[in-house]
Amino acid sequence: MARTDLVIQNIKIAVENKPIVHGVSLRISPGKIHVIMGPNGSGKSTLASTLMGHPSYTVTGGSAKIGRTNLLDLPPEERAKRGLFLAFQYPLEIAGVSLSHFLRTAYNASHTQASLSMLEFRRILDMAMKELKMDATFASRDLNAGFSGGEKKKAEVLQMRVLKPRFVLCDETDSGLDIDALKIVARGIKKTVEEGAGALVITHYPRLLDYLQPDVVSVMVDGRIVDAGESDLVKAIERGGYEQYRKVAHA
Amino acid sequence: MPSPTVIHPYQYGFHDEERHVRKVPRGLSRRVVEMISSFKNEPKWMSAFRLQALSTFEAKQMPNWGADLSGINFDAMTYYLKPTDRTVRSWDEVPDSIKKTFDRIGVPEAEKKFLAGVGAQYDSESIYHNLKKELEDQGVIFKDMDSGLRDHPDLVREYFGRIVPPHDNKFSALNSAVWSGGSFVYIPANVHVKIPLQAYFRINARNMGQFERTLIIAEEGSSVHYVEGCSAPIYTTDSLHAAVVEIVVKKGATVQYTTIQNWSSNVYNLVTKRMSVHEDGTGIWTDANIGSKVTMKYPSCYLIGKGARGDILSIALAGKGQHQDAGGKALHLAPHTSSTIISKSISYGGGRTSFRGLLKVRDGAYGSKSHVRCDALILDEHSRSDTYPTIQIDEKNVTIGHEAVVSKVGEEQLFYLQSRGLTEAEAMAMIVNGFIEPIVRNLPMEYAVEMNRLIQLEMEGVG
Repeated sequence: MARTDLVIQNIKIAVENKPIVHGVSLRISPGKIHVIMGPNGSGKSTLASTLMGHPSYTVTGGSAKIGRTNLLDLPPEERAKRGLFLAFQYPLEIAGVSLSHFLRTAYNASHTQASLSMLEFRRILDMAMKELKMDATFASRDLNAGFSGGEKKKAEVLQMRVLKPRFVLCDETDSGLDIDALKIVARGIKKTVEEGAGALVITHYPRLLDYLQPDVVSVMVDGRIVDAGESDLVKAIERGGYEQYRKVAHA
Repeated sequence: MPSPTVIHPYQYGFHDEERHVRKVPRGLSRRVVEMISSFKNEPKWMSAFRLQALSTFEAKQMPNWGADLSGINFDAMTYYLKPTDRTVRSWDEVPDSIKKTFDRIGVPEAEKKFLAGVGAQYDSESIYHNLKKELEDQGVIFKDMDSGLRDHPDLVREYFGRIVPPHDNKFSALNSAVWSGGSFVYIPANVHVKIPLQAYFRINARNMGQFERTLIIAEEGSSVHYVEGCSAPIYTTDSLHAAVVEIVVKKGATVQYTTIQNWSSNVYNLVTKRMSVHEDGTGIWTDANIGSKVTMKYPSCYLIGKGARGDILSIALAGKGQHQDAGGKALHLAPHTSSTIISKSISYGGGRTSFRGLLKVRDGAYGSKSHVRCDALILDEHSRSDTYPTIQIDEKNVTIGHEAVVSKVGEEQLFYLQSRGLTEAEAMAMIVNGFIEPIVRNLPMEYAVEMNRLIQLEMEGVG
């Protein structure tokens, strides 16, 4: 398959007629990690949710294309079938539906060409759970129900590992994790990228980036990309905070 | 997104050409009741029972405390049809046209895997009956009610109309007057029937009322699981299904009665189901209502012996134009009795569910326990759910719990599942199936699968 990028061009997003994102352009390439940093309320999560197709956000301009397909024209499930995956900041609980049943249904829904038998699926799931040091009992528990914050985040990365998407959007997947869980989650994202996926990783904290070496770092403030660079940009942010960009954004 | 109006033909809404040997005139009268009794060559006491019940029916007012029943026209209905002249015993003898119908709802496959015997009612009477030899050897009786009356008149006379008397309500009176078909089950003492007994009921004639009557007697220390599933063809005029189910659970016996009701959306489904549970006996109703226009059904456990237990698990699914008025009743009439009523209802597309529950503990039924829980799931703002619990406790020394939770399917939940590749309908079906899972997991495997499939079909029309 051709190594196509996910290209976001001048995307503008509003919530209930209030503009939140004012024209953002980004490129996510297979096998690369693109990190977006920025303060709370800068529009990072809005961007990720909108790319996945959240019904509360209105796209008022721009595009997000894989090849010639504009994802923004498609319902969420069609975006998933084209290989887009969002690791949720706040994963939802679904009572009465086991994690394994859910994940196998999702796998077969997004891999219509190559659906798996129960046994094949189980093998893949077990492997991924071991890799993430998740107890095997999680497979039969209700999806996210009664999971701790850290367990939910791990379960998101588990889904990512099993579903094998082409592009992953990680929405603060590092928040609420202790240091051991952080390492495991970072390794899961890294492996996904090593296997060829492109990643857009949203985070407040430079800490995650000790474990993930980003190829591109963009800084988003007040709904705009205000700076971009390589991983050394992270150091500059650690020194000067986001305040320096506020002045730029409002200049 | 608005889409052109598509009429989804009801999945199982096919029907065979009617083949009727005998038919009574439309409407209800003494003459019609006498004709039914005479066609069946019934004993005199049954004819008298029917005629008495007819008077009771005529004297009783229509119930006005529940669902809207104004669409029922008793004069437009035919009260008795007989599709074939005799009951056949092997599958080979079942007419091809009927087999074809059953094929579409999976009966033969179900039979191979799970059934000890099949009593399949086609129109007013059972046309097919198969009882495995091992059951016969154990002394188990499983036949259609008409044959039961003919072959075991004393046994039938002892219990018939004793658990649900004709005057219980207008529709039990109607059933008592014109009943036809249904099952007669007798389990001798200490016999455990290991495979669920199963019966399918169908309505398959225009304006045909179906009035089957089931009587199950479980002698001391015995156990049985009876499963009843319905899937009816579609018709443009209203149809009525008014059944009566009577169950006697003797000392230490266990009876589980499972129903998956999927009548087509023109049927009034008004059924009286009751168990009388003796000392240390256990009665379990699992009652899933998916289809019909209006259902009013409250399976009941009368706990009459010390230590008796009754469980009622109810699922109701109401879509466009449907009103499911369902629930359960537990009456604690002896000490140390216990009951559970769990209801899970789902309304969508303008549908309405009502939970109606009665919990009664009589003075002297000390040490009794009950837990009532009703959960309602509402899928959109056009749909409705109500709860009408009645609790009457006349005894101080009891433990009672009651919970009710109403929830809505959130946009966020749907988006989460859609982001993983499920369509909106698939996501909705997954959430609904998860909601009822605590009850569905008690069903035989085949029924759990069928239930999940039915929910998926229903949700396809929602998005």
